[in-house]
Amino acid sequence: MSTPIHDWIDAQVKANDIVLFMKGTPSFPQCGFSGQVVQILDYLGVPYAGVNVLESDDLRQGIKEYSNWPTIPQLYVKGEFVGGADIIREMFQAGELQGLFEEKGVQNAA
Amino acid sequence: MTMKSKIETKLVQALAPEMLTVVDESHLHAGHAGHRPGGESHFRIRIVADAFEGKSRLERHRAINAILAEELSGGVHALAIQAYAPGEAAERS
Repeated sequence: MSTPIHDWIDAQVKANDIVLFMKGTPSFPQCGFSGQVVQILDYLGVPYAGVNVLESDDLRQGIKEYSNWPTIPQLYVKGEFVGGADIIREMFQAGELQGLFEEKGVQNAA
Repeated sequence: MTMKSKIETKLVQALAPEMLTVVDESHLHAGHAGHRPGGESHFRIRIVADAFEGKSRLERHRAINAILAEELSGGVHALAIQAYAPGEAAERS
């Protein structure tokens, strides 16, 4: 079932190659788990859009339903849900996140 | 029953893990959003179970999230998960 907030989330994950739904902003994360993912993405130098779920209760609840995932942060690449903080960290440590970005063609050219 | 024992009981019943540790890390988050005076809000799980054999990270996490759905919607604010199949490198410490 489609709701306005799900449609809005859908638009974000389709409009941006990499989207991080997080608490706070990339420059000022307000949760350690969100902060870890920001650090990894910044380290890899990939461009991404940060969406602060603390700005709206609707969004904060809606994002949990959107991918049936109960926690925040949530990372999306090319419209696909990749995981939360633990999964992103494990993928990064195993070199798999870099591989995913390459495969999807979203790594920074620089 | 503490939240920690509830989490342990549910995971043991559902997955019969070979290894399970549940750590209440709530005290590390005092003053942080989601922390409550009584604690029991932030947990870390390390689990090794046959059920994870051949499953992706997402599938493992989804399985645990489903088992603990009630806890996650009522009180548990953060759940760090390390889930492995027996013999995987990361029983790695």
